[in-house]
Amino acid sequence: MAEHAAAHVAHQFDDAEQQQAASELGMWIFLATEVMFFGGMILAYTVYRFTYPLPFAHASQHLDAILGGVNTGVLLGSSFTVALAVHAARTGARRLLLGALGVTIVLGGVFLAIKGYEWHHHYREGLVPGVRFIPTGPEANAIGLFFWLYFAMTGVHALHLTIGIGVMTVIAFLAWRGHFSPAYHNPVEIAGLYWHFVDIVWIFLLPILYLVGRHAP
Amino acid sequence: MTAAPIVVVPETPENYLTAGYGVRSWLLTTDHKRVGLLYLMSITGAFFVGGFFALGVRLELLTPAGDLLRAETYNKFFSMHGIIMVFFFLVPSIPAVLGNFLLPMMIGARDVAFPRLNLLSWYVYMLGAGIITYTVASGGVDTGWTFYTPFSTLYSTSHVVSAGIAIFVVGFSSILTGMNFIVTTHRMRAPGLDWFRLPLFVWAMYATAIIMVLATPVLAITFTLVALERTLHIGIFDPAFGGDPVLFQHLFWFYSHPAVYIMILPGMGVVSEVIATFAHKRPFGYTYIAFSSVAIAVLGFLVWGHHLFVAGESMYGAMVFSLLSYLVAIPSGVKVFNWTATLHKASIEFRTPMLYALGFVGLFTMGGLTGLFLASLGLDIHVHDTYFVVAHFHYIMVGGMVMAYLGGIHHWWPKISGRMYPEAWGRVAAVTIFLGFNLTFFPQFILGYLGMPRRYWEYPPEFQVLNVLSTAGASILGLGYVLPMAYLIWSLRYGEPAPANPWGATGLEWQTPSPPPRDNFERTPVVTRPPYDYSGPEEEVG
Repeated sequence: MAEHAAAHVAHQFDDAEQQQAASELGMWIFLATEVMFFGGMILAYTVYRFTYPLPFAHASQHLDAILGGVNTGVLLGSSFTVALAVHAARTGARRLLLGALGVTIVLGGVFLAIKGYEWHHHYREGLVPGVRFIPTGPEANAIGLFFWLYFAMTGVHALHLTIGIGVMTVIAFLAWRGHFSPAYHNPVEIAGLYWHFVDIVWIFLLPILYLVGRHAP
Repeated sequence: MTAAPIVVVPETPENYLTAGYGVRSWLLTTDHKRVGLLYLMSITGAFFVGGFFALGVRLELLTPAGDLLRAETYNKFFSMHGIIMVFFFLVPSIPAVLGNFLLPMMIGARDVAFPRLNLLSWYVYMLGAGIITYTVASGGVDTGWTFYTPFSTLYSTSHVVSAGIAIFVVGFSSILTGMNFIVTTHRMRAPGLDWFRLPLFVWAMYATAIIMVLATPVLAITFTLVALERTLHIGIFDPAFGGDPVLFQHLFWFYSHPAVYIMILPGMGVVSEVIATFAHKRPFGYTYIAFSSVAIAVLGFLVWGHHLFVAGESMYGAMVFSLLSYLVAIPSGVKVFNWTATLHKASIEFRTPMLYALGFVGLFTMGGLTGLFLASLGLDIHVHDTYFVVAHFHYIMVGGMVMAYLGGIHHWWPKISGRMYPEAWGRVAAVTIFLGFNLTFFPQFILGYLGMPRRYWEYPPEFQVLNVLSTAGASILGLGYVLPMAYLIWSLRYGEPAPANPWGATGLEWQTPSPPPRDNFERTPVVTRPPYDYSGPEEEVG
């Protein structure tokens, strides 16, 4: 990107409007690829949940729905602050923009910390397939599959969130340098879309991982 | 014939090739035309490496006994042939080379929407190519290009994980290319260029890009799961742990069947352009051809189950997949009939690109019709995993896509290089490739129907004659592929300078000098006429 507001339009675009429309569409398409990426894992989950309904419910009972719920609140809160940041960027409210981005980054960190605590707990309980896995008996294999998918899905999600925190940090740095204005705040919008997507993935992961076992015998 | 209008355009002060010299100006370029050329060089390398492995396979099959390669080595040869040709040549071939070069010019844009992502896609490709080179050097992989579980996750002792990582990585170069094409087509069209004035090549690229963007991530996650399974042995594809190996096949073919259309739709786009140009006519049924590309892209996502007819799929599932697979024949047929109708009563010029295009139509028809054999439930059981399948998909991928790719390279070579290729040699090579191809793969239909399974290094002696014919054809085909490489390189220096529009074609890319300036056009073109308008004056801008 160029240095001055007037020169923010890259040479291949005719005007700022075209540039913004193009980058937004690009991000939506990227998010579509992400949907397909997570979709592969959710398909595998669906297949095995239908194959082993009860063991999956029992496996799910090993997860702490309270922590999952708190984390959901944390992420939803961060989506709210991202929406605030985008609004602030549109209106040129620099202090609000910086504040909202800062809170977003902190909330992302809180989510990861809680997630890390949960993972540590699973390790102590011996629920990490291939590394330290204790359950035995007829349901052990299916519980192993559940946790396999749990770690794959929450792991990939956490990776995305980590990338999101990195992106938001860069955006915050640029905002602090006074890079954005109501005329040019494209990167804030694009990064916001990504953040919301990572949030929405979690909205799907919470019920299929934490809540399927609540009422199982 | 249009022999006369070869007028030397006065050398423009600067074009994209002279806009900067030196390695840096190429490795850091964001010019879509240069990125296309970087891809051209890389995938040509991949093509000859993949060809080397094919050569090994064909030489081994010259005799019934396994005498040239060891059985394990043979398995690695056909696996590396498939992996390199599919992921490192065919998938990027027309999109990444011709698509990158032409798409922005065809829609009157200065560049793709995201030029730096475009360059990144090439680096990602090269990273994948590096990892696959490492895989080959350290002993290769023997699972076939399909990586079926549980062989790939439990039993194979070859380098499955590094090959999987290479394919994972190279997939992201497709995703970046696809994203760029979709956004560029939506947002960067010149004034007046509405969707139904787009060249059919752009429609084909758009349909291809949709598949790339939606299917490739599934392949990525599939290989991630295979790599995790292989390293940690947790059991997602292993029945001993309650997993299901067939789940892999579903995930794999959910990408890889649409990927087959990544490997044919761009070829159809090229052929539509070439036939319109050398028939000097608007393609018959423009909108039908355009929408048939989209229809193939959509249907392509719904047919993966026809690879699992003998993998224990439910009867009703198989019937649905069979029916849906038949449906693909409709848009494919629309294209073939429309191309033929375009040729009807046209004044046809049999130049090299046209020879390739006509070859494509014939070979694609053969490949497509034999696909219907395979989509029918009963017959598939007879020919499943035989050379019939091998012949079928080579008719599509080599007879179709590679022919179209070479035709396209010739068609736009004047634009790319600013030089004409030698026409006589071009025709010789096109005919050689056509004959060599048929001699290689037609006998394989018969072999397969008679029951010769694929992927075996030995076979009963009664199959030898047909195998010898096939190997002989492959040698001719190999020669045919070396020819264009030789004379195209020759033409860079000694070819006649090309005018802006040597074929008298319509299309914006022909309205700018050859080779084009860095930003493609002196000023943004304004489109006022329908596509393929061969009625009016042929050129507006010199």
